[in-house]
Amino acid sequence: MTKTFVSILALTFAASAAHADIIVQSTTSTANSGLYDHLLPTFEEKAGFKVNVVAVGTGQAIKNAENCDGDVLLVHAKPSEEQFVADGFGEMRSDLMYNDFVIVGPSADPAGIAGSDNAQAALQTIAEAGALFASRGDESGTHKKERALWSDANIDPLAGSGSWYRETGSGMGATLNAAVGMGAYALTDRATWLSFGNKGDYNVVVEGDEDLFNQYGVILVSPEACPSVNVEEGQAFIDWLLSEEGQAAIAGYQLGGKQLFFPNAGS
Amino acid sequence: MRDDARLHMLGGLMPINRQKRSLLPLSCEGLCFDAGGMRLLGPVDLTLAPGRITVVMGHNGAGKSLLLGLLHGLRAPSAGTVRWSTRDSGDTLRRRQAMVFQKPVLLRRSVAANVDFALKTRGRPDPDRRDALLAHVGLSHLAARPARKLSGGEQQRLSLARALATEPEILFLDEPTASLDPASVRAIEDIVFAAHDAGTKIVFVTHDLGQARRLADEIVFLHDGRVAEQTLASTFFDKPRSAAALAYLEGRLPL
Amino acid sequence: MQQETSAIWLALEMVLTGEHDLIEIVGLSLQVSLTATTLACAIGLPVGALLAILRFPGRGPLLVLVNALMGLPPVVVGLLVYLALSRSGPLGFLGLLYTPSAMIIAQTILIAPIVAALSRQVLEDLHGEYADQFRSFGLGPIQTISALLWDGRYALLTVALAGFGRAVAEVGAVIIVGGNIDHLTRVMTTAIALETSKGNLALALALGIVLLSLALIVNALVYGLRLTATRAAYA
Repeated sequence: MTKTFVSILALTFAASAAHADIIVQSTTSTANSGLYDHLLPTFEEKAGFKVNVVAVGTGQAIKNAENCDGDVLLVHAKPSEEQFVADGFGEMRSDLMYNDFVIVGPSADPAGIAGSDNAQAALQTIAEAGALFASRGDESGTHKKERALWSDANIDPLAGSGSWYRETGSGMGATLNAAVGMGAYALTDRATWLSFGNKGDYNVVVEGDEDLFNQYGVILVSPEACPSVNVEEGQAFIDWLLSEEGQAAIAGYQLGGKQLFFPNAGS
Repeated sequence: MRDDARLHMLGGLMPINRQKRSLLPLSCEGLCFDAGGMRLLGPVDLTLAPGRITVVMGHNGAGKSLLLGLLHGLRAPSAGTVRWSTRDSGDTLRRRQAMVFQKPVLLRRSVAANVDFALKTRGRPDPDRRDALLAHVGLSHLAARPARKLSGGEQQRLSLARALATEPEILFLDEPTASLDPASVRAIEDIVFAAHDAGTKIVFVTHDLGQARRLADEIVFLHDGRVAEQTLASTFFDKPRSAAALAYLEGRLPL
Repeated sequence: MQQETSAIWLALEMVLTGEHDLIEIVGLSLQVSLTATTLACAIGLPVGALLAILRFPGRGPLLVLVNALMGLPPVVVGLLVYLALSRSGPLGFLGLLYTPSAMIIAQTILIAPIVAALSRQVLEDLHGEYADQFRSFGLGPIQTISALLWDGRYALLTVALAGFGRAVAEVGAVIIVGGNIDHLTRVMTTAIALETSKGNLALALALGIVLLSLALIVNALVYGLRLTATRAAYA
C-alpha cells in the first residue's frame, strides 16, 4: 500500500520535473476556438517538446507571466502588452495575427442595431434604449477593448451597472452563455463566437468597424526578470509562429469554412 | 516459565528485583469516588491478600464496579489511595493486571485476532500460545469467526482468554456471567478456577449467591458505597456480621 | 430537455467507444484525486485520531477550527497553492505549478480537514466503546490510535470516500494550479468547465454524467465492501 503510494508520487514528480516543455500563457479566445489544437501538433513534432497552453483572460495571463509562471505570452491587448515589455517582464513584442471583435445579440434585437457597422453608435443606442449588455468585467483583452469602445462613445456604462449593464466577471464562454440566457448583447472576438456551441437565436449584429480590430501579439518572458524561463524553447516557438510556415498554419485554420485568424507578423 | 515470560514481557525496562516483587497484598485507604457532587463510593479501607478468590457482593448501585475500576486504575479516586506492594505505577502497573467486563468489549476482528491483539500488547505475537489459550477456553473451532458474531457465553470466554493472554498477576472480573446460561456460567467458572490454580489472584464481582458460594474464599460485602464487611466465605453465608449482608442473604430489600 | 437527452447519448457513445481523450482525462482525474485522498488520509486520520483520544487545553477551539476548515472554498485553496507554487512564490523553485502534483497538493489541502474532522467523530465514538478495555490493557497512545484506526477501518473508508468525492468534484482549485492544460492537467471537472465555456453544453453534460457514473462506481464498491464487513460485525 505504502509502496504503491510512494511510487505514484515518485512518478508524478518525475513526470513533472523531466521535460523541457514550455508554458504559454494565453487567452481563452485562441484556445477555445481550437487554434492551438490545429497549430501545436505540427510544431511539437518538429520541435520535440511540448507546448502547454494555459488559457485565461488576458489580464490574468499577464499577471501569471509577471509571476514567471510561463515562458511565452500570447494575448490581445496591445497597450498592456507594451507595458509588460516596458516593465522589463518581456523581451520584445511582435504582432502575430488579428481577427475582429463583433457585437452579438438576440434576433429580437431590442436596441435595433442589427446590420450596423458603427460600434460607437451601436453602443450609444444600446445605452439609450437600456437594452441588456453583458460585459466580461474581468480585465481581459476583450473587456479592455469593450471599455475603450464605451469611452470612445462617451458613455459610462458603470452608471447602469446591475440594471442594463451586467458584468459577469467571467471568461468569454461563460459571459456568452449568460448573455444568451438573459437576452443581452455582448462583445466577443469572432473566433470564439464562430466556435461557440450555445448560440441559441443569437447572431452577429455589429461587425466591420475599424475600431473592432483585434490584434494578437506574442512575447517571450524575459529571462532577466524570470530566470526559470526556457529561453531556447520559448524563442523557437515564437520564431516558428512568426515564420512563413507558422503564419501559413495560422491562416490555414478554418472553422465551418471560415478563416478565424489572419496572420500579420512583421507588418 | 511464568517468571521467564514476565521477564520477557517487561523487556528489561526495569531492574529484575522489582519484577519479582509481588503486586499483593493490595490495600486502599480512605478511597472515595465522587461524581456530580455525589459520593458514589467510599471511604473504603480494604486489604486484599494474595492467593484467595475474593468475591465482591452487594446490591446494584452499591459501588462494586466502581471499586473494581478504582482498584484496577481505570478511574482516578476523588480521595484516598490504592497501594500495591510494588513501586510500578500507571500503565506499567496496569499491565500486570487484567480485567473482564460485564459486557465484553471485543475488537472488530476475528476470534484469533482478538487474542493476538492481547498478546501483542505484551510485545509477543505468539500463535502457539494463542492456539493454546483458545483451546483452554474451548473456542479453537471458532478461531476464524468474527468475534462479535459469537454468542454471549462465547464472547465472555474470549474476553477471558484475552485477559489471560496478558498473564495477569491479578484478574478482576465484573459480573462476567450476569446474563449467561448455566452451561456458559459453568465454563467461565472453570476457567477462573484454573487461573486461580495457576497462581492468579481473582477478584470477582457477582450478586449471584450460588456463584459466590461456589467461588469465594472470602467475601467483600459493599453497602451504600462502603465495605460493610470482609469475611471468610465459610463464615459469611452462615453468620454475616453486618445487618446489610444479613438482609441481602435473606433476600430482603435494604432499608 | 433535448439538451439532456442528447447528453445521455453522447455520454454513452463516449464511454462505449472508449474515446482516447476521455480515458486520459478520467485516468488523470482518478490519479490526482485518489492520490490526494491517500495523502489526506495519511495526514487527516492520525490528526483525527489524536483529536479523538487526547484531552488538552484548547481542544474545543481546535475542533471548531478543523470543522470550519471542512468548508474551505476550493478557489481560495487554489489561490493559496498558486501563490506558494508560482515561480515568484516561496516554493516556485520546485517547478510544480501546472503539473498534476500541484493539483494533488491543492486537493490534499482541501480534503485533509474533512478527513480529520469526520474521522475524529468516528474514532471518538469508537474510543468511547473501547476506552476502558484499552486502559485495562495498559495501551499507550500509539497502540490505541493504531487499534482504533484498524477497527474503525470500514467507517473510515466512508470518511475517505467523502474526501474523494469532494476532491474529484471540485474545479476551483485544480483549474488555477493545474491550468487545465490539454493532455497534461485536464481533468473531468476542468474539461466540463471548458466545454461549458465553449457553449458545448451537451458535451459538458455528457462529461458530467461520466463523472457521476464514476462516483457511483466507487461508492458502490465501498458500499459492497462495507456490507460484507457489516455481516461480519466488523463495521
